[in-house]
Amino acid sequence: MSILVNKDTKVIVQGFTGKEGTFHAGQCLDYGTQIVGGVTPNKGGQTHLGKPVFNTVQEAIKATGATVSMIFVPPAFVGDAVMEAADAGIDLAVIITEGAPVKDMMMAKAYAVKNNMKTIGPNCPGVITAEECKIGIMPGMVFKKGNVGLISKSGTLTYEGANQVCKAGYGITTAVGIGGDPIIGLSYIQLLEMFEADSDTEAIVMIGEIGGDLEIQAAKFIKNNVTKPVVAFIAGQTAPKGKRMGHAGAIISGSAGTAAEKMAALEAAGVTVVKSPAEIGEKVKEVLSK
Amino acid sequence: MNIHEYQAKEIFAKYGVPVPKGKVAFSVEEAVQNAKDLGGKIWVVKAQIHAGGRGLGGGVKLAKSIDEVRELAQEILGMTLVTHQTGPKGKLVQKIYIEEGADIADELYLGVVLDRAKEMPVIMASTEGGMEIEKVASETPEKIIKVAVDPTIGFQGFHGRKLAFGLGLPKEQVGKFIKFAAALYKVYTENDASLIEINPLVKTGAGDFVALDGKMGFDDSALGRHPDIEAMRDLSEEDPAEMEASKYGLSYVKLDGNVGCMVNGAGLAMGTMDTINYVGGTPANFLDVGGTASAQTVAKAFEIILRDPNVKSIFVNIFGGIVRCDRIANGILDATKLVDVHVPVVVRLDGTNAAEAAEILKNANISNVITASDLGDGAKKAVAAAKGE
Repeated sequence: MSILVNKDTKVIVQGFTGKEGTFHAGQCLDYGTQIVGGVTPNKGGQTHLGKPVFNTVQEAIKATGATVSMIFVPPAFVGDAVMEAADAGIDLAVIITEGAPVKDMMMAKAYAVKNNMKTIGPNCPGVITAEECKIGIMPGMVFKKGNVGLISKSGTLTYEGANQVCKAGYGITTAVGIGGDPIIGLSYIQLLEMFEADSDTEAIVMIGEIGGDLEIQAAKFIKNNVTKPVVAFIAGQTAPKGKRMGHAGAIISGSAGTAAEKMAALEAAGVTVVKSPAEIGEKVKEVLSK
Repeated sequence: MNIHEYQAKEIFAKYGVPVPKGKVAFSVEEAVQNAKDLGGKIWVVKAQIHAGGRGLGGGVKLAKSIDEVRELAQEILGMTLVTHQTGPKGKLVQKIYIEEGADIADELYLGVVLDRAKEMPVIMASTEGGMEIEKVASETPEKIIKVAVDPTIGFQGFHGRKLAFGLGLPKEQVGKFIKFAAALYKVYTENDASLIEINPLVKTGAGDFVALDGKMGFDDSALGRHPDIEAMRDLSEEDPAEMEASKYGLSYVKLDGNVGCMVNGAGLAMGTMDTINYVGGTPANFLDVGGTASAQTVAKAFEIILRDPNVKSIFVNIFGGIVRCDRIANGILDATKLVDVHVPVVVRLDGTNAAEAAEILKNANISNVITASDLGDGAKKAVAAAKGE
């Protein structure tokens, strides 16, 4: 088992024929993901990467039975694209696009929730169930099949974490990059809940960063609801206050959102917290061999 | 992106948020002329820098005559203002705002900011105007009224009533305050602001509300649809190295240590800094080279990192995903030909085609390039190199 997606998941790509959409949809197809078509307005009827192109998400669902959409639409239009997916009845939208206006995502998220559509991202690497289904831009070969679930705000730290887990002799069930923007879709709590319920997942790696309080909320949730061991790293212990560190959401405002406060909350919840991502693999090995 | 008080007030005025009359000045003569144009008997001379705490730092002063306006303009223009938000180096004052004096009966606080947990804008109001709001929040949180506004319904009368009655305003002022708050919410949403603060919001003797100060920040991702706001950007307020880096798609923040960092991805870049710190070193910077580290961007990154004289070694930490490591290795080699890299460079390349990349670096045989097997190993080697070991 795994969470969210597997080898049977049917995926469409919004922004299918653009440069990014084309390249990454191709990579996902090579990985074995069931990309069944794509959407680019005014290009309906064409064939791209051997798959049909539709003008609207509604048409794409009708013709292909897709339940998941991978979104590469440019930032100015991504809010619209997410709402179109929700309106058409998509179950899960994976939003890769970086630089989406916060207001647009706020509206799109509210509309997605209202329509029972889950979202991942924006500004994220996507989701991968190892050796089954890759929906996003991560390097597939890093993720060997195994028993560790991974949740991360950062793309490259997702790869770093997965790589270490695999080098330590373990593997990944599903890895989810939740994105580093101020407004994001699925977050730690929902994913921790899914991993806790997933029979194949035996340990969870959680990678956070400065800014906001999602990790603090997650710590509270872990304390009361998660029985599986959790290994966590919070990036930005050495980040200065008031400076945005790359991600739009990665900023310590005033004295809130520091790495120290998040690490303390996680430790108090019984989580194994590492001070450097270089220790993730070793600690996973430790908690799994207990 | 942040703007100055005088610019925020221009925007406020457009939306019917009451502000005192005022004019910005770039010279003493202009300041005097502005005061004459405004008329009246009392003026406030205010330093325009992107930081709070200007009053306490001596950057906001009251003038009771035109001569005093001249004296204060001379004093404040060109001064280096140090406040709790500028850092110890302070900020050079290059423009001042001349404003008519206000009749102050009471000082309140009003702000709008994104509540990330609720995923909605939240309006915050307090009777403790003129104080540092963070201090109020930590010491007397009950004195801050927070009203979240669901963006799908927008600002409604009840939001305003919760604020006005929460502040304990007398009934003849409730309507005026709600109108003020509604206009401010409109300023926030229509301009894709990330933050608005009015501290203090003044209640006049006549019971009117006026924004005596104004601070605004904007969502950088939405500036594309607000060319008028983008035009308000004050380049002199931004760090030149950070600006230059962003032109090349690099995200750079200077720090105080001596191990330069070049990393792909913001999270891994922070994680690399943390690891350097963990093994006993100090990071000199945050630098995210982005997803496509070409020879040109890598060269630029070396150039920017090396401009900092504190840098004694550089740790290049790349986890190649879609970008293949062999290409990055070649990028590093090309970059060392374009830029004089005069400090030891520790290179850790992992991910796609890492073995080929290691081979390329080995064969190039550059004396100051040291290869590392993983993140921890690389951090240790870079810290040791910075110490001259």
